Amino acid sequence: MNQLLEQINVDQMIIALNETLFMTFTSLALSVVFGLIIGVLLFSTQSEGLYKNKILNAGTDFIINVLRAIPFIIILILVIPFTKMLVGTMLGAKAAIPSLVIAATPFYARLAVIAFTEVDKGTIEASKAMGASRFEIITKVLIPEALPALVSGICVTGISLVGYTAMAGAIGAGGLGNLAYLYGFARRDNVVLFSSTVLVIIIVFVIQGIGDYIVKRIDKR
Amino acid sequence: MIQIQDIVKTFSTKGEDIHAVRGANLEIQDGEIFGIIGYSGAGKSTLVRIINQLEKQSSGKVIIDGEEIEKFSSSQLRKKRQKIGMIFQHFNLLWSRTVEKNIEFPLEIAGVSKEERKERVQKLIRLVGLEGRENAYPSELSGGQKQRVGIARALANNPSILLCDEATSALDPETTDSILELLDRINREYNITMIIITHQMEVVQKLCHKVAVMSDGKVVEEGTVKDIFEHPQNEVTKRFVQTVEGKNIEVIKKELKKLYPYGQVMRLGFTGDISNKAIIADVIRKTTLPVSIVNSNITHSQIGPMGVIYAHVSDGSEAEYREFSDLLEKEGVKVDIL
Repeated sequence: MNQLLEQINVDQMIIALNETLFMTFTSLALSVVFGLIIGVLLFSTQSEGLYKNKILNAGTDFIINVLRAIPFIIILILVIPFTKMLVGTMLGAKAAIPSLVIAATPFYARLAVIAFTEVDKGTIEASKAMGASRFEIITKVLIPEALPALVSGICVTGISLVGYTAMAGAIGAGGLGNLAYLYGFARRDNVVLFSSTVLVIIIVFVIQGIGDYIVKRIDKR
Repeated sequence: MIQIQDIVKTFSTKGEDIHAVRGANLEIQDGEIFGIIGYSGAGKSTLVRIINQLEKQSSGKVIIDGEEIEKFSSSQLRKKRQKIGMIFQHFNLLWSRTVEKNIEFPLEIAGVSKEERKERVQKLIRLVGLEGRENAYPSELSGGQKQRVGIARALANNPSILLCDEATSALDPETTDSILELLDRINREYNITMIIITHQMEVVQKLCHKVAVMSDGKVVEEGTVKDIFEHPQNEVTKRFVQTVEGKNIEVIKKELKKLYPYGQVMRLGFTGDISNKAIIADVIRKTTLPVSIVNSNITHSQIGPMGVIYAHVSDGSEAEYREFSDLLEKEGVKVDIL
């Protein structure tokens, strides 16, 4: 075991781990913010919604479906010109962020809509009867009441993003995926392949564990 | 005063029109507890939602204190809604907020300052009898306690009107009674106009001053609770009145006829003050006929005790029976010979 550990280039591992964490959490934060906004938009423009708008609803729904239909590996390639414009390069962890956000935002938006749909319609009706404005209903009722589902949605999205970063890594974004592909696969270094896989698994478990703990704390139903 | 004039509400879903309300007219005075009773689908919930414009009517007017509510701008309407409390069958509390925070919610919406909110919430918690449960979450409360939170929340902004949509339908009889008592006390203390939607005649009997019976989107009968109980005209009303007397009148008739094939069975209806007088004893003393009470049901309502007694008289002639029932009728008892 010691012998095995000695074979691992720890510095290289830590750099790769940092890159993966950076990519995952930066893109997760951005995707959750954008996804939540789009989720609220989708939910409230529905036919029974607070800001009923058929055209806006159908348009947003269409874009979300298209983005969700494109495999991530294709998104990576399609987004290259946009990334170059925005970040200046198509290599490195930073350059992976735009494509990761574009892939995860529609995913989280869908999860947010599901979370909002589960909010008791009666509480929304009661808030209306109390004279709440539509904005107050969204900020004071819809989001707080959907919070546990929104948080577990963040977890699911975060875990998907860990997988996406590995794919992005394979085409030059760095991180554990890059390490596993370049050293583990291309150079047939099984120790690197194995240890980067273990790290990815640990990240996923930690995200899920933290998520479950928070959901349990905030769910008062 | 709330005036409901020619309200019609038609829902169109998938090319099919559902006529929920077909021309309803009502006038509700300030401080009155006004019941609207009907079977499910009668349109009563839709009608009450039109009062605070949760539903927009297809045609007709709702006038509250001389103002036509459908002419309000959306911000005027929100202000007005703060003065119209509403409670619901399923309470509709926010599970993510504690009792205290739930009651505070309408005050937040109304823009009341934090200190004032705290003070007001404390007062409301005492009013509805939830001391010690301030920090509980709705999931930790019983149905009755949840409705108390609902009532406190509805009263937070000192409304002049309280709409109750089947507020006791999800509660057991004992809890229902305690909620009705609370509503009655609130009506007396604060003179709030209450509109009570229900399908339970006991609720109307115990709480309401006036009642309208709805059936198939129309108000089929309307009047004081006393009148409706004493002289129900419409078939639907009669059915509702019978539910309070426990079993259906027809069933009771049949049973008593079987038990007492001889003599006569009379149904004596009492309401209001006369229930307190010893009428039966007086009348029995004046007759030579043997009288036995075979069934009775007396309940207490806004207009005093009211009830029915079934008496069996025998060993007499038709004339003697007539004389006996005349004596009762002279005292104000409503007599039906079965």
